[in-house]
Amino acid sequence: MVNTKVVEVGVGVFVALGLAALFMLAMHVSNLALSEGSGDGYEIVAYFDNVGGLKVRSPVTMAGVNVGRVRAIEFDDRTYQARVTMGIGARYDKIPADTMANIFTAGLLGEQYVSLDAGGDDDYMKDGGEIRITQSALVLEQVVGQFLYSKAAEGPAAPPAGTGGFDSQDPFAP
Amino acid sequence: MIELLRRLGRGAIGFFERLGRAHLFLARVLWGLGELYSRPGLVVAQLWSLGVLSLLIILVSGLFVGMVLGLQGYNTLVDFGAEESLGVLVALSLVRELGPVVSALLFAGRAGSALTAEIGLMKATEQLAGMEMMAVDPLRRVAGPRFLAGWLSLPLLAAIFSAMGVLGGYFVGVGLLGVDDGAFWSQMQSKVDLRDDVLNGVIKSIVFGFVVTWIAVFEGYDCVPTSEGVGRATTRTVVHSALAVLGLDFVLTALMFNEG
Repeated sequence: MVNTKVVEVGVGVFVALGLAALFMLAMHVSNLALSEGSGDGYEIVAYFDNVGGLKVRSPVTMAGVNVGRVRAIEFDDRTYQARVTMGIGARYDKIPADTMANIFTAGLLGEQYVSLDAGGDDDYMKDGGEIRITQSALVLEQVVGQFLYSKAAEGPAAPPAGTGGFDSQDPFAP
Repeated sequence: MIELLRRLGRGAIGFFERLGRAHLFLARVLWGLGELYSRPGLVVAQLWSLGVLSLLIILVSGLFVGMVLGLQGYNTLVDFGAEESLGVLVALSLVRELGPVVSALLFAGRAGSALTAEIGLMKATEQLAGMEMMAVDPLRRVAGPRFLAGWLSLPLLAAIFSAMGVLGGYFVGVGLLGVDDGAFWSQMQSKVDLRDDVLNGVIKSIVFGFVVTWIAVFEGYDCVPTSEGVGRATTRTVVHSALAVLGLDFVLTALMFNEG
């Protein structure tokens, strides 16, 4: 039998190693550490006609840089729009008040995220501020439908001019 | 014909007899666990021989399994231009499945077989009977600490296995194959959920630890007290543990991850 002290130290190291591995799995591998914009920071709100596949915890980016996360998506039964609450990190407190929000897709089939396009206003977004200009998620069926519709309106003889069918889509239509 | 029927019936009765004995044994061991509060040294000694001595095989196999996952996953993902998702693939497959299952299989081979052989040999050399003569309950003195230590060890070993595997995948993916460092970790962190993935993996390993140690201790305690019987019991431990782990894994996976 091994020395009692060696046994005790060995078991202590073993248990500590196991707990450290669990801790690493929890903090470093899983999404627990990604609390950006959950404790500190501030919230802004945007209304979208259609959020598509946007989910809670989806990233919010500005110029491609992650600045926060979607915190809540609710249906507003007065405006019949989706109310998206976003948590923005405290460091990013210089977002102009007339910033525009788009829902884009990362890659061809990737997940959807909110992209903020900075405006030119001198005032900055405050906690609870609302983004007025938004562009909804592109729903593939709608795009295809509009494309076919505009093609049909052009008539069968007219050749398609590039992706001209998309021009008829007004992103700011209510 | 009659002889065949008779043998079939005897086999069935023997099977149910063993099944019943195993459960009664489990109940008695669990009942006796409370006494270990006053004697933690017994559990610590078993944690050493079951947990610490299994550490090396778990560390090395975890590292290599993670490295193989990194290599294989990269070759597949690079076709889709999605090699940044390598971290997700490695972490999810390790935390959900491979960590608990492979470490339970290794644990059954490394520690379970040793448990059975040890207890079986104690029985064959009549040490257990000797303890009973001295009014020491061998269930509480021998089986209880081993059962508790094995049950506690496997979740820790599985966590170490998964962590080593992620590091191995990181080493191969980022270090050798040139996957982006930040994307590896950030994609992993955004896709692996603490409760749905990590916690469910831990629950799996707790269940496996319970079952593997139960089988190992019972087979040793129930073996035919000859050298041949001990050998057979050791074989049965490994086979039954592997079958139980893989079967239970399917059931647990179906219960945990079916809503996705």
